[in-house]
Amino acid sequence: MSKVKVAFTLNDQEISLLVQPGERLLDTIRDRLNLTGTKEGCGVGECGACTVMLDGQAVNSCLVLTAQVDGREVRTVEGLGGEEEVDKLQQAFIDHQAVQCGFCTPGMLMSARALLNDTSSPTREDIKTALDGNLCRCTGYKQIVEAVEAAAEAEGAD
Amino acid sequence: MIFRNETTISLRTEKEAKTWFKTMLFWSFSIFFYSIVISGRILALIVEIKINKEKFMREVFPMPERQQINKSKKRVDARAKVTGKAKFGADLKFHNMLYGKVVRSNYPHARIKSINTDEAEAHPEVAVVMTAEDIPHNLFGVIIENQQVLAEDRVLYIGDGVAMLAADSREAAREAAELIEVEYEELPGVFGVEEARRPDAPVVMPGEENNQVIHHPLRKGDVEQGMAQADVVLERQYTTQFVEHAYLEPEAVTVIPEERNTLVTVYGSVQNPNATRDALATVLDCDLSNVRIIQDNMGGSFGGKDENISSMACRAALMALQTGRPVQLVNTREESIIESYKRHPYTMKYRIGARENGELVAMEIEAAADSGAYACQTPFVTWRSVVQATGPYEVPHVKTDTYGFYTNSPYTGAMRGYGSPPVIFAQESMMDELAWELGISPEEIRRKNMFANNSRTASNQKLDNHEVSLAEVMDKALEAIDYQEKYRRYSQPQPGDIKRGIGFAISYRGVSLGAEAIDAAGAIVSVQKDGSIIVYSGLAENGQGLKTIFSQIAAEELGVSLDRITHMETDTSISPESGSTVASRSTLMGGSAVKNAAENIKTVIKEFVAEEYDYQGEIVYRDDALFTSEGSKLVDFPELAASAFHSGVFLSSYGWYKAPGISWDEETGQGRPYFTYVYGCQAAEVEVDTGTGEVRVLNMAAAHDVGKAINPANVRGQIYGGTVMALGHALMEDLGFSEGYIRHTNFDEYLIPTIKDAPDNVEAIIVENPDPAGPYGAKSIGEPAMELGGAAINNALSQATGRRLRDLPLNLERVLLGRNLSREG
Repeated sequence: MSKVKVAFTLNDQEISLLVQPGERLLDTIRDRLNLTGTKEGCGVGECGACTVMLDGQAVNSCLVLTAQVDGREVRTVEGLGGEEEVDKLQQAFIDHQAVQCGFCTPGMLMSARALLNDTSSPTREDIKTALDGNLCRCTGYKQIVEAVEAAAEAEGAD
Repeated sequence: MIFRNETTISLRTEKEAKTWFKTMLFWSFSIFFYSIVISGRILALIVEIKINKEKFMREVFPMPERQQINKSKKRVDARAKVTGKAKFGADLKFHNMLYGKVVRSNYPHARIKSINTDEAEAHPEVAVVMTAEDIPHNLFGVIIENQQVLAEDRVLYIGDGVAMLAADSREAAREAAELIEVEYEELPGVFGVEEARRPDAPVVMPGEENNQVIHHPLRKGDVEQGMAQADVVLERQYTTQFVEHAYLEPEAVTVIPEERNTLVTVYGSVQNPNATRDALATVLDCDLSNVRIIQDNMGGSFGGKDENISSMACRAALMALQTGRPVQLVNTREESIIESYKRHPYTMKYRIGARENGELVAMEIEAAADSGAYACQTPFVTWRSVVQATGPYEVPHVKTDTYGFYTNSPYTGAMRGYGSPPVIFAQESMMDELAWELGISPEEIRRKNMFANNSRTASNQKLDNHEVSLAEVMDKALEAIDYQEKYRRYSQPQPGDIKRGIGFAISYRGVSLGAEAIDAAGAIVSVQKDGSIIVYSGLAENGQGLKTIFSQIAAEELGVSLDRITHMETDTSISPESGSTVASRSTLMGGSAVKNAAENIKTVIKEFVAEEYDYQGEIVYRDDALFTSEGSKLVDFPELAASAFHSGVFLSSYGWYKAPGISWDEETGQGRPYFTYVYGCQAAEVEVDTGTGEVRVLNMAAAHDVGKAINPANVRGQIYGGTVMALGHALMEDLGFSEGYIRHTNFDEYLIPTIKDAPDNVEAIIVENPDPAGPYGAKSIGEPAMELGGAAINNALSQATGRRLRDLPLNLERVLLGRNLSREG
C-alpha cells in the first residue's frame, strides 16, 4: 500500500511525514517522533491513557489515524507548559497529589486541559464528564478532581 | 555533738541543730505541698488522657519538631510524571532491539500434539523462534517451582504460552506469530474448587496426586462444644470472583544480553525485582550476580507484576541470549488479561454460633480458593485468609480450614489485600446477618465482640504490644458518614424503586509478611561530597509513593530539604535484597532500613564533628545544616559533606531492619503470626434502583489507624484508591469466565470504576496510634484501604433492599433477580 504524506503541527512544531494509511497517531507520536509521554493502555479507546488534543479537543490517539491529522494541530503532554515551567494544571496535579503510578496522568492532563481551554469555571460534574473516558486504577479520582478544580481557579484568577 | 547521722549530716552545735531542724521542717512542708500539687496534676492528666489522648501524648511525650515527617510533601516523582518525561517499560528503546511475541494456547486444557514453526522461521524479519524444547530449565516459581516458561506437552490454562519469537519490528512479530501452527488434543478441564476437590477429578498439575495445593488448619478450643452453648447458629455460603489487577500499564520488559559484566540486564515494570531475578537465575541456570534487574516506572501493579513479569523476563532473556540482541516484550491489554494471574475466587462456608445477647461463642469456617493452573502464591495468600477469617472478634472456639486447589482456570496470585478481601466480605456480611437474626444492630454486635487491648485472636495471640484501636476507627468512620441517623432513616419503609442503605465493616490486618517468610529489608543512603544524597532501596516503587516516603525519612534524619535526595530505581546488583514489595510492608520495613542507614551516617558525623568542630554534644539536624543542642549553627550540610570527604570520612551506609519475632504452628494455626496489626473501618452509603438493579455508592467514610502518617496526602490517596478499587470488586468486575475461557479481555467488557462510578465523596480519616515497631510509629495503609469496601457496600445494599446477597460481584442481575444470568450463575 502506498504511503500517505501528512503535514501537521505537533506541540507548535511543523511535522511532515510519510506514513502507512493505517498507522495510528499513537504509534506515530511514540515510535517515529519519540514522544513517549502518551501511553497505550488498551488500544480500543476505553482507557484514555493515549489522550492527546487534536485541534483543541481531547481524542484517543489509538483511534485516530495519522493520515487524518493532515493540516491539523496535535498537542501531547510534552507540549503542556514551557521549556522549564509546568503549566498551572500540571502544577495542580503535583500539589494535590493527583499522581500515583503516573501512567494515566498524561491522558488525564490532556482531557482536563481540553476542558479548561473550553470552560474557565467548570463544575464538578463538568470535570467528571470530561474525565469519564480516562481510567485510573490508583487514585480513586478524588485528588484528580481537586487538582482540576484548583487549576481552573488558578487560571481564572489570571 | 548531739547526734550524728552516719550517712551525711554531722552537727557540732545546738544552733546548727536548730537551723537543721528548721530546714527540715521547711522541706517537709514543701514536699507535702508539692505532693498535693503533683497528685492533682496526675489526676488532671488521667482525666485528660480519657478526654484527649492525642493532646496528652503530645504534652507528656513531646515529639521534636519534624521537618519532613507527617507532612504532605509533594511526590518526588510527580514532576517527571506530569511532563511525560517519566519512562515506563514500553518507553525504552535500545540499538538493534527485537520485538518479541508469544503464541498462547487455544484451549484451557489440551495436549500439544505438534508445533510447526517453519513458516515463522522463514519470515525475513524473524530472528528467533523458540518452544519449550529449546528451554532446558523450563520451570520457576516463588513458593513451588511448577510454572512453565512455555508449555511442554500440556497447556494448563488459556493463557499458557506455547511458542515465542522475536523480529525486527512489532508488525513482523505479529505476522510471524500467526504463521506458527499448533495442533492440540483438547482435554477435559477442571473448573471451580468444587469440581477440583472431587476424588475422581482429573489431576491438573503433572506429578501431583490430587488438586490440593495447600491446606491450612486452625484449631482453638472445641468448636462443637462452642456451638452447643450458642442460642443461634447461622450457616451461610459466600463466593467471590476472579478479579483482574487492571493496572493501567500493560506488562513490559526489555532484556539486554551480556551488557557490561552480567549475562542479562532486565529493564521493565517489575514489581519484585529480586523475585524476577530468582526466576531468571533458575531458568538461565546462572548465578544471581549474573542477572541484573533495573526497575522502570511502574504503571500500577497492586501485586500483579510479579510471576507474569518473571515469566516474560525469562522468555525475553532466552531469546536475547539466543540472538545476542536486546528483546522487548510488551503485552497488549488482551494478552495481559488472558495471561496474567488474578485475585483468587473463594468459596466460603461459615457457621457461627452466638448467644442471644450477641456474644460470639464459636466459628467454623471452610474457605477454598481457586489457584488456577499454578501454585504461584496460593500457599501464602490462603495463609493470610486463615488469620483474618474470623475477623477482629474474640471467639473462644474456632475451627477453620483454608484450602487452595489447582484448576484449569487462569492462575491466581497476589493482589492488593492478598487473602483478606474475600474472607472479610464473607465474615463482615455474616456479622450483619447474625445481628439481623438476633434483632440487634450491626454496630452493637461488633462492639460486643471486637478486639480491644489484650484481646486474644483466633491464633491465640495476645494483642498487647500496640494500641488496638478498633473502637476509635469505628467511631470516627461512623461519625463522619452520619451512620446512626442514616441507619435509623433507611430502616424505615422507603416508597418507590429508589432505596438507600448504609453499612460498614471493620478489620484487623497483620502488617508485613508475618509467618510467610523471613522479614527483613535494606537500603543504602549515600551522602555525596556536595551534600546531595543518593538513596537505594531494596523495596521498589510501584506507584504507591515509596520513593517519596523513603526520601522524606532520609531527609528528616539528616535535616536536609527533599530536593537534596535522589531516590534511585531499584537495581538488584546494588540495592540490598529485601524480599518483595508486598504485604503493605514498605513504610515499616523499608522505611526503618532507610532510617537505620541515616542513623549510621549520623554516628560517623558525630565523631567527625567532635574532632573537626570540637563539639561533643547532641547534634540537631535541620534546615540543611547541623546545630548544637542550644541552637547555634555548627556547619551547613553541604560544607560538612565536603569537609568529611576531604578528610577521608565515609558518609554512606547500608541500613537494615529485621522484623520482630513471630511464630506459627502449621498443625494448629496457633501462635504469633504477625508482630503488629492495623485496624480499619469503612462505611458506605448506597442508592439502589430496585427496578433495574443498579447500585450507586453515594458516600464512603474510611478510618484507618496507620500508626503515623509519614505523608498524610499520600495516605489519603491510598484510601481513595483502595475504596474505589473495592467498589469495582464489589459491583462490577467480572472476567466473563466460561469453562476456562475469558470473554472479557479489554476495558470495554471488563469494567473497572470510572470517575463517575466513584462515590460522590470518600472521607479519608487518618487515625494515628504510633507503633513501637515502625519508623516514627508508622505502619501501613496500601492493602487495609482495599479490603473492607466489598463488605461495607454489601451491608448497605442489604439494608436498602431488605435482601441479602452472598456472591460477588453485586451486578445488575444479582441485585435485580438474585442470581447471575451467565452460565456460572
